[in-house]
Amino acid sequence: MNTASLLVFDGLLLLSIVSLAWASLATRDERRSVILFMAFGLVLAMAWGRLLAPDVALAEAAIGAGLSGALLLAAVRKQPRPLSSGSTRGSRYLDGAQVRTVSRWGVTLLCAALAGALAWALLHAFNNAPQDALHRSISANLEASGVSNPVTAVLLNFRAYDTLLELAVLLTAVLGIISLGQTTTGYTPAGPVFEGLVRWLVPILILTAGYLLWVGAHAPGGAFQAGATLAAAGVVLRLAGRRIIGLPDGFMLRIVMVAGIGVFLLVGLTVLVLGRPFLDYPPAWAGALILMIETAAMLSIAATLLLAFVGGQPRSMPARAVANQQHEEMS
Amino acid sequence: MSELLSLSALGLMLSLFLGLLRVLIGPGAGDRMLATQLIGTAGVGILLTLSLLHDQPALIDVALLLALLAAVAAAAFTGQQETRHD
Amino acid sequence: MINLLSSILILAGLFFYLAGSIGLLRLPDLYTRLHALTKADNLGLGLLAAGLALYSQHPLTALKLLLVWLAVLAASAASAHLIARQARRQETRP
Repeated sequence: MNTASLLVFDGLLLLSIVSLAWASLATRDERRSVILFMAFGLVLAMAWGRLLAPDVALAEAAIGAGLSGALLLAAVRKQPRPLSSGSTRGSRYLDGAQVRTVSRWGVTLLCAALAGALAWALLHAFNNAPQDALHRSISANLEASGVSNPVTAVLLNFRAYDTLLELAVLLTAVLGIISLGQTTTGYTPAGPVFEGLVRWLVPILILTAGYLLWVGAHAPGGAFQAGATLAAAGVVLRLAGRRIIGLPDGFMLRIVMVAGIGVFLLVGLTVLVLGRPFLDYPPAWAGALILMIETAAMLSIAATLLLAFVGGQPRSMPARAVANQQHEEMS
Repeated sequence: MSELLSLSALGLMLSLFLGLLRVLIGPGAGDRMLATQLIGTAGVGILLTLSLLHDQPALIDVALLLALLAAVAAAAFTGQQETRHD
Repeated sequence: MINLLSSILILAGLFFYLAGSIGLLRLPDLYTRLHALTKADNLGLGLLAAGLALYSQHPLTALKLLLVWLAVLAASAASAHLIARQARRQETRP
């Protein structure tokens, strides 16, 4: 009875995921597509939970469901309205030029062949690879890693180099965003209901971010999830029309952006100077070093994601505007 | 008891699936957003049930985050207008 | 005994969830559907959370479940208003 229910459960879950993904891609209306994508993110987070991968589920819930949705909705809103409402023959037209039926079928066959090859390769890999070799080596070395959550141990210790490079990728994204120039000052001030939502949602989001950062050492959580949650708090503040959304100004912003990769590099180089290989933490210090790196990374990730939502260089405020807004908030 | 839990997970998934139909049908953006909220709430219920079924307390944290971020998604939908003042 | 009470609560929660989803499909209008969503589903979640809290017999877990329910409650109340207001604005615009 147990397994039968779960089997039907899994079947419905798969059907939901595939149909949401298909619908999101197949629709012509961009706004509809984004909303379907948000629903897709929610169901995907649930699927990760069903697969008993809470760390990924946390990341998917924070980034896929909330932040990507907000980002895409803001982007869609900036698109100019199309002149025509989309012709019914649109599927045969590509930017106005007509795509021949032969080419369409050729591309379809090529994509199907590629998908088939990938599926065959995956099946082959799953059947022939030793299942628990990775699991055994992680469990054997978990004591020396400084944390007891295997995912954090892999991300921040065993494969710390990969995480370092990921933070470098985030920094590159920041450069791209800042190159867009200055952005609008913000949104219209929120009405009473939205304001009421903001007043409890933002503190709870900040608290949850801190909790996820701390708990990541021994339970699912970590810097990425915490950073995304913190960014969500900033997004809510910006949507509510607040000027102060948690992004620091000017020089401090640069410090925060570089903090993640900076602290990581600093730890790695210090360890190198002391005679060990790069990023090979001494076991007695590993836990504390990992927490330090994760804190800096959380701030960087949050600032990067928030900057992506803001969509450009935030305007630095003159001192009188800051004082005025603080006066308004207090009254 | 665990059979009841897996049965209730199935029931919640059924409820989510019905909401999915509303997301796909529409007809308006508000209907789709509304159904997305349903998917979020059903997802929270499913995660809580799975957490107790498989004895994974971390899934409760996932459920909390899902609830909060669904609120953020609804806030993003509201269509607040951007300003260019000063 | 506790398992019996917990089962009743979970089944009641499930009933309200399904009722809310059926309402979402069958009711004629966005505004009526919002009623089905926010009232029925949140009650369903509350009953489900209460049943699960009883089943777990662990006070910290019960507290966390309560927190999740409260968060969903407050969030969906505000979301329902925001969605309804947005839909109203779309109607009055040409």
